Amino acid sequence: MDGFAKYLVRRFFQFILVVFLGVSLTFLITNLSPVDPVEQTVSLMTNFGATDPRSVELMREALAELYGLQGSFLDQYLSFWGRVVRGDFGPSLSSFPTPVMSLIMGALPWTIGLLTLAVVITWILGNLLGALAGYFRSNLMLKLAGATVMALHPVPAYILGLVLLLIFGYAWPVLPISGGAQMNLQPSLTFDYIRSLILHGTLPAMTLVLAGIGGWFISMRSLVSNIVTDDHVVYAELGGVSSSKIFSQYVARNALLPQVTGLALSLGSVFGGAVITEFLFNYPGMGRLLVQGIYRGDYSLVLGVTTMSIIAVAIAVFVIDLIYPLIDPRVRLG
Amino acid sequence: MLAATIDAPTRTRPVLEVENLKAYYQMNYFGVSREVRAVDDVTLTINRNEIYGIAGESSSGKSTLIKTIAGAITPPLRVVSGSVKFDFGGSQLDVYARPKAMKAARWRHLSYIMQGSMNVLNPVRKVRHAFDDFAFRHMGLSPAQFRSRVEGHLKRLGLDPRVLESYPHQLSGGMRQRLTIALATVCEPEFIIADEPTTALDVLVQQDVLALIKDVQQRLGSSVVFVTHDMTVHAAIADRIGIVYAGRLVEEGPTDDAFARPQHPYTAHLISSLPRLGDVSRRKALPGKPPNLSDPPSGCRFHPRCPLAIDRCKVENPPLVSRATGRVACWRAGEVEVA
Amino acid sequence: MFKILRDLLRYNVEFLIGFVLTAGIFLFALAHFFAPYPDTAIYLLPPDMPPSPEYWLGTTSRGQDVLWQMSSAIWNTMTFGLTVTVLSRLLAVTVGMVSGYLGGKWDEALMTVNDTLIALPNIPILLLVYFVMRDQMNWPVLALTAALLGWNHDARLIRSVVLSLRHREFTRHAVFAGMSVPQILIRQHLPYVMPVVFFTAMNNLIWAIGLEVTLSVLGFSDINRPTIGGMIYWANQHQAIIAGIWWWIAFPIIAIVILFLGLFLLAISVNEYIDPRSRLSRMGG
Repeated sequence: MDGFAKYLVRRFFQFILVVFLGVSLTFLITNLSPVDPVEQTVSLMTNFGATDPRSVELMREALAELYGLQGSFLDQYLSFWGRVVRGDFGPSLSSFPTPVMSLIMGALPWTIGLLTLAVVITWILGNLLGALAGYFRSNLMLKLAGATVMALHPVPAYILGLVLLLIFGYAWPVLPISGGAQMNLQPSLTFDYIRSLILHGTLPAMTLVLAGIGGWFISMRSLVSNIVTDDHVVYAELGGVSSSKIFSQYVARNALLPQVTGLALSLGSVFGGAVITEFLFNYPGMGRLLVQGIYRGDYSLVLGVTTMSIIAVAIAVFVIDLIYPLIDPRVRLG
Repeated sequence: MLAATIDAPTRTRPVLEVENLKAYYQMNYFGVSREVRAVDDVTLTINRNEIYGIAGESSSGKSTLIKTIAGAITPPLRVVSGSVKFDFGGSQLDVYARPKAMKAARWRHLSYIMQGSMNVLNPVRKVRHAFDDFAFRHMGLSPAQFRSRVEGHLKRLGLDPRVLESYPHQLSGGMRQRLTIALATVCEPEFIIADEPTTALDVLVQQDVLALIKDVQQRLGSSVVFVTHDMTVHAAIADRIGIVYAGRLVEEGPTDDAFARPQHPYTAHLISSLPRLGDVSRRKALPGKPPNLSDPPSGCRFHPRCPLAIDRCKVENPPLVSRATGRVACWRAGEVEVA
Repeated sequence: MFKILRDLLRYNVEFLIGFVLTAGIFLFALAHFFAPYPDTAIYLLPPDMPPSPEYWLGTTSRGQDVLWQMSSAIWNTMTFGLTVTVLSRLLAVTVGMVSGYLGGKWDEALMTVNDTLIALPNIPILLLVYFVMRDQMNWPVLALTAALLGWNHDARLIRSVVLSLRHREFTRHAVFAGMSVPQILIRQHLPYVMPVVFFTAMNNLIWAIGLEVTLSVLGFSDINRPTIGGMIYWANQHQAIIAGIWWWIAFPIIAIVILFLGLFLLAISVNEYIDPRSRLSRMGG
């Protein structure tokens, strides 16, 4: 087997392992917790009145079946996998009788759209600035830009989002601060709807970009300042190759390789930032769905969103792993 | 051929003149300033059509000397005084007075075969691009003509032109080193700097690479400065040799003379530490290490390790004086015997 | 150690600023031991008072003094962060050193698990843990969960350091001298790993505090224990922004941003000090 095939097999194995461990972990957390979800839901339901002991008993059984909590530990584990594979997490209790899966399918495109856009902008901008700052070390403008993004870097997404919300929502109200698009517009390919989509997405995307850009900037700058002392760069300088060519083809291109790997590794935590940002801007994606599910005690919904988030992130990581050989001939050609 | 266009009088003038060159590393780190005198008052000339070997232990300053000659220095290394002047076919080029002109001359007149040449090719691009980036703008050819020129050059050097379509990682170390020699000679430069080009190669490949360098040098009539700590390589390839110790040139002369009758005790030590056929006696190791260049010994920098040192060596620095065939900086020159 | 601190303070402006900011916030948090009111008491003071000589940073809609709430909140938030950092450092050092030292199949297996954990999104898993624990949730459990999720990037870093030490001469000497694997790791390799641990600890602390803020803002922690995120949570519950009680939200945000900046400046300047490559580039090799 040549190096490239080996690489693909390894990456695929890693993908399967992430899904397997993630789903198993989700099952374990829910199963080993001291709190019984059936009792929890029952107490939530009985708060609204229905206290007849017989109907409570019936409710218990129905819930246990609904949550797949009948039979031995192994039975429950296998039935959980069955649900994941079928994509059937049962109906959502808080939006009964809508199936959890259709809630997820409604939310997923929003999160994918927001995250893809934000991650691509963040990654390109952060790496470009970082590479320039690492190569042209004495440029004042770049130093200033670097100081700004680095100062924003440690601040958590929620705080950045809140500040943006205060600025563009209250102090200078130019951007919508809630929702994914204007409520009275039907989803369509019209100018109005697309404009509304973009306007609503601006603040959440800006939050994610500002929160993420510093990390790429810092790592790219240090990568570049190490690569400029590499033999092939020094040699090109001795060869009188123009500095724009050295920067793009000798320095940046090599420094990008670890950053693509880094992108795959960062997606898990980027998703965490999306949860809080969506909640803050009431953006109709997976994060808001998850937080709502927790507030409303909707067991199936929380379980479904967590599982699907893990799988979605794993797929995204795998896609990046598949793209990597295209830019690194050493992996592609073994 | 380019060598043919140079008229007779300029041929006789040296291609490189280095005068009283001093280059120091000047650093200030967390309040501690240090000055490392890596190149300390070096004067030398290199003639057309010769291979000049620079020898010395590692950290003797020979690599810094070469970098300084090539005008490839970055802070904290600075040229403190002195000059480096090239003469390429009649046009004078002062490296530190006109850095712009220097940049234009790179690869056209002055090329480089680097230390650790294994990694000097960009790992993510095909070899072909290296030739495009380094050489294309100097040749004044159409892309197709340039391509066939490069292929012809590779063939003359015994390389398969198909390597142009390879990535560096697909080639062996020896192959990559031969490629960088092809790359360094494709513009037929007057001056080639070879910095430890054989160090990372195994012995058989070393022979090949040395033969290739010698062959190209003779064909182009270029001058080569060949830097290595390996005295056997110098013996095999250099016409003249300069010995560097602690940032200073301590002896210089025709290679045969230097090996047969070393004038400086340090040269004698370097030569005597070479293995010789049929000689089974143990080599005497020289005590001590090369000095720390931020705090070098007074007088002759070699005196703490020198078997012939006298009191004068500890206070007075011996000047580099001309002898019958070369130059030497030692108060007791000529009293040296090869063990 | 003391000398390093003195050198950094004297010659590295970033370290000096970071040190002053962090130390200032820390002293402020220490002050909560002298607070005039218990930090969990509510409706003790007149609510919604703007900053004044009597209440320097105003009072909340729940009748608490913002100044003293913040002091306790920062203390609690830092305690949480430090707990996560210490626990996750233990994991990262153990896994990283064992993986790097043993190499081969063990290394491959450990790093595969490591990379798998990296690819899992942390926040949904933490939220799930909170969801199933609900009222049983307290900060030590949350810290433990966060620590279990927050070590893998650094384990990889530590592994690469140990990997490079494994083939050094002194390791071989130690093996021939009959030292056991734990002895070699702790006595011979740990000193080289410690700078990396120190640097990653700062970044981990920043991450852990950010995590605490995120979870508490959503109300997914013990909401009666004052924390920075918890203060913002309660401010949101009382619509503080709309009601114009800006001091309830602005001061905690300013405090947390100062703390983050301080820690971050410490992290980058310490990294520069210990990273042999950036030091070499200054020393000129």
